[in-house]
Amino acid sequence: MQYFIQQLINGLTLGSIYGLIAIGYTMVYGIIGMINFAHGDIFMIGAFVALIVFLILSAMFYSVPVVVALLIMMVVAMIMTSLYNWTIEKVAYRPLRGSFRLAPLITAIGMSIALSNFVQVTQGPRNKPIPPLISDVYNVFGISISLKQIVIAVVTIVLLTVFWYLVNKTSLGRAQRACEQDRKMAALLGVDVDRTISITFIMGASLAAVAGTLFLMYYGVVAFSDGFVPGVKAFTAAVLGGIGSIPGAVLGGLLIGLIESLWSAYFSIDYKDVAAFSILAIVLIFLPSGLLGRPEVEKV
Amino acid sequence: MADTNLQTPILSVEHLSMKFGGLVAIGDLSFTAPRGEITALIGPNGAGKTTVFNCITGFYKPTEGMITMTRQSGEKFLLERLPDFQITAKAKVARTFQNIRLFSGMTVLENLLVAQHNALMRASGFTVLGLLGLKSYKDASRESIEKAVYWLEKANLIDRADDPAGDLSYGAQRRLEIARAMCTGPELLCLDEPAAGLNPKESLALNELLLGIRRDTGTSILLIEHDMAVVMEISDHVVVLEYGRKISDGTPASVRSDPKVIAAYLGVDDEEVTDALVEVGDDHILEEGDVAPPPALGPSETSSMFEGPIEDTVEEAGSETIVPASPAASKAAQVEAQTGATDPVKPKGPAQ
Amino acid sequence: MTAISDTTTRQASSPYGEAARQALWAALLSFGLFFFFIGLESTQDISNRLILQSHWVTLAIVVALVALGRFLFIAFVIPAVDRRRANRAPIAVVDEKDQSFIRRHRFKIMIALLVLYPIFILSTAGLQGSLKWVNNFGVQVLIYVMLAWGLNIVVGLAGLLDLGYVAFYAVGAYAYALLGTEFGLSFWILLPAAGIMAAFWGIILGFPVLRLRGDYLAIVTLAFGEIIRLVLINWREVTNGSAGISGIPKITFFGLFDFNISSPDYILKVLPESIVTLFALRPSGAYYTIFLYYLILALAMLTAFVTIRLRRLPVGRAWEALREDEIACRSLGINTTNTKLTAFAIGAMFGGFAGAFFAARQGFINPESFVFLQSAIILAIVVLGGMGSLSGIAIAALVMIGGMEILREMQFLKIVFGQSFTPELYRMLLFGIAMVVVMVWKPRGFVGSREPTAYLKEARAVSSTFTKEGHG
Repeated sequence: MQYFIQQLINGLTLGSIYGLIAIGYTMVYGIIGMINFAHGDIFMIGAFVALIVFLILSAMFYSVPVVVALLIMMVVAMIMTSLYNWTIEKVAYRPLRGSFRLAPLITAIGMSIALSNFVQVTQGPRNKPIPPLISDVYNVFGISISLKQIVIAVVTIVLLTVFWYLVNKTSLGRAQRACEQDRKMAALLGVDVDRTISITFIMGASLAAVAGTLFLMYYGVVAFSDGFVPGVKAFTAAVLGGIGSIPGAVLGGLLIGLIESLWSAYFSIDYKDVAAFSILAIVLIFLPSGLLGRPEVEKV
Repeated sequence: MADTNLQTPILSVEHLSMKFGGLVAIGDLSFTAPRGEITALIGPNGAGKTTVFNCITGFYKPTEGMITMTRQSGEKFLLERLPDFQITAKAKVARTFQNIRLFSGMTVLENLLVAQHNALMRASGFTVLGLLGLKSYKDASRESIEKAVYWLEKANLIDRADDPAGDLSYGAQRRLEIARAMCTGPELLCLDEPAAGLNPKESLALNELLLGIRRDTGTSILLIEHDMAVVMEISDHVVVLEYGRKISDGTPASVRSDPKVIAAYLGVDDEEVTDALVEVGDDHILEEGDVAPPPALGPSETSSMFEGPIEDTVEEAGSETIVPASPAASKAAQVEAQTGATDPVKPKGPAQ
Repeated sequence: MTAISDTTTRQASSPYGEAARQALWAALLSFGLFFFFIGLESTQDISNRLILQSHWVTLAIVVALVALGRFLFIAFVIPAVDRRRANRAPIAVVDEKDQSFIRRHRFKIMIALLVLYPIFILSTAGLQGSLKWVNNFGVQVLIYVMLAWGLNIVVGLAGLLDLGYVAFYAVGAYAYALLGTEFGLSFWILLPAAGIMAAFWGIILGFPVLRLRGDYLAIVTLAFGEIIRLVLINWREVTNGSAGISGIPKITFFGLFDFNISSPDYILKVLPESIVTLFALRPSGAYYTIFLYYLILALAMLTAFVTIRLRRLPVGRAWEALREDEIACRSLGINTTNTKLTAFAIGAMFGGFAGAFFAARQGFINPESFVFLQSAIILAIVVLGGMGSLSGIAIAALVMIGGMEILREMQFLKIVFGQSFTPELYRMLLFGIAMVVVMVWKPRGFVGSREPTAYLKEARAVSSTFTKEGHG
């Protein structure tokens, strides 16, 4: 039982990171209907910026409180990934808006290849380890919870609350939802569609940057190729939850995290990804639009 | 054999019901489409006409009821049990769509060749023989082009054969869709608003095409139509729906003078029902005198329809909205209550 | 922030002022973007701790280049493009007639060029020099051409988005590698077997995803590709895991002779002595490479031939109809389930053929050859070429794969950028950028129009504005 709860906690920690990335996929999909394949690499760029900021901080100051260091890393990473995603949307996706459906998908895949190789070229192909930022571990009823996991949980919850407020309670969120329903009509009613889409990309990128910083803190290492696997997992999570649905993305992320950690714990580590992908396929066979996705009504 | 067949209706719909969540799109609908005739299905927006079509052609599985298709050969098919593509392939029912569904990136000719898929598939030995380039497939291929040319000429599209279907004008697209459906070799052709959006000239060409189909091929036709000019001109038999229930059934003339139909189309308020009745007079009187209702009250000639109170029901699928489908909500039923008619689904008109 | 704002609103009268302004913005933006990545580099020091290294000069050069590029683009390229567009209309009409001979025979010319290619290389680069060009360039490009033509059946014709096509390539490769090494069966028996196995897996994948549409289909096919790869990595007893399978038998010339110098059936031993002495043939690996070139050329031509034939058969028309409108297909009595499954199966079969060929050519395979990136590259070739168009896809494969291979050869760049410069490192970066640029430049691919499969009077290409891309 203790073992099970232990795995549950590990799974939820991993799942929150997936969930944060998945929101970026699902929001972009909701608003312009494209799979932003480069989003996983935006996450990786976030982790790299956090790494470099950490190195700058440790080179410039003798000691910085961990909380302050983490906050600075996170904020700088958010700004940088936002700048990247904003630029990418502008140069690569905007000219293709309203064109042929596969064109933006291919552009996004090209962007993903370009970004990861850009980081490989500029930062080198090797893993980048950092000393552990936080190493405290608490023992509660025989279950060990690390402070890192608590930080991840708290940050995720705070972020999701702010995010929920932005999407549901502000005029910005209303504009986003309007664009999601009908972009042309929203434009006619005075919503600045281009700006709303840019902001959506920025919001997605910020969440990915936080996920990247948390990833770096949790695993203490990052490499240029780390965008792909979490990216695909988060995309899987978004689809599992029902792409376009924000609560679905969080739920999907948590589920994928849980499946992975429980499968590794009870069956085999080697096949944890196979399990996650197989469960996705099985869920989609029975619920073709994911867990919380709106069913697509086929109008005849 | 042939005689008995002529008397059995080609399509008989019995106690058909279709519910989407709480919404009753069709409630206990029964009607028949006589063989070799043109039957029109009319009714205000949201009356469930397209839903009936979707049940007949297998795109929806009805909640209850039986749809029997009797082919010329006497073979009977229960359409609600067949997968949609077999309804066309085996039961020989073809359809068109309200919002035209052509293969817009393929040429007009190719559209008609796709329609002959099953015949060509057999001729090509399920691809294997065709891949080897055998003569038998080449012959079948030539025949299919001849058949396509026949229908292109009928539909007056022969000059556009090599143009993409998406490049045709709206009226031509409608005719092409009908020609494509005819290329499947149907015995019953279901047309969903074939005249919608056509100008008077195109509408006339459509009438001729449909009458020609009935005359030359003996294909029975079931059509949904809002354009009363088309309905009155070409149909032999009219079924009127409102809120998923049948309110009238008979010849065009008898249906047109039915006060329930008039009330349903005009959407009169409660107080106005009586007024309308007074103005229109009793349906028996109208029938005896064979007088058309005053144009102000009768269905408009060019009428797009009068707005019904609910949206097209198909889009409501899965929604929890409960729309009252009780007779009380129906204008026609209000008239009925006041005229003292007993059976809401009893067919009226000289057919009885 | 209007750095990259829509350029159609610019003033034609004073392009330089506007260009300078835009260049400044571009410089600022690129400084922001590249500060952390080019300006600073995280490297390990002697004690393996991460430290930062600064490259301010490189950063300055890159920012300056971006600004200059932006300036030139706004000031010269765009006005030039506008001018050409204004003058183009009358020229196009003249062109149509002049090119008709080449246009009419373009396929024959293309095939003739492909057949003559090794001979041309042989005569210019010699026996050993030709190896690199025929193998790295010719064979490599043709493998991708064949894969892309195979995927084209699924994506381009049937409109089903498949992000896991490489799985079938892997099935074909492992089928040949395992059966060839374990049972010593000949390539010519295993080639059809690999195709059939891949087709079988195509159907296995096809069944569950029949109901899925669009992006749901995309992710499940991606997941399927990853599952196959992960199983290949982890099922060590059979596949030997990441270590892969080596010693895969070479292909023989239909059992008549082979290309192992030590074997008694070696080509030079089997050929009549007079021919060997006449051409002064020496033992060389080039014979096998040239043989492989013609083999993959034949396989690719088979793919093209079958695709062209299938398009004119009911099943091919049904695929395209499915891409255009699935509901209309069902209303015409077409069994869409079978139609989709045949598309998956036949597309997968060609992937399997290519896989078997790949395994035989490499002599060694491991799961690293079958990563998602491969699927993405193949899909990109299909879309960049223009979905459904065989010639467009061949051009796209030549440009993208050929371009990437040529980049390997650009050793002279070392003179420009210094000895530490390795062009290979930039291959994928440039490949990704090229994908973006080509797509933004030509969203419908190189050949956007569609050739009709039947006609009454004349076959007119269907413009891409009418064709649809499918929902599934």
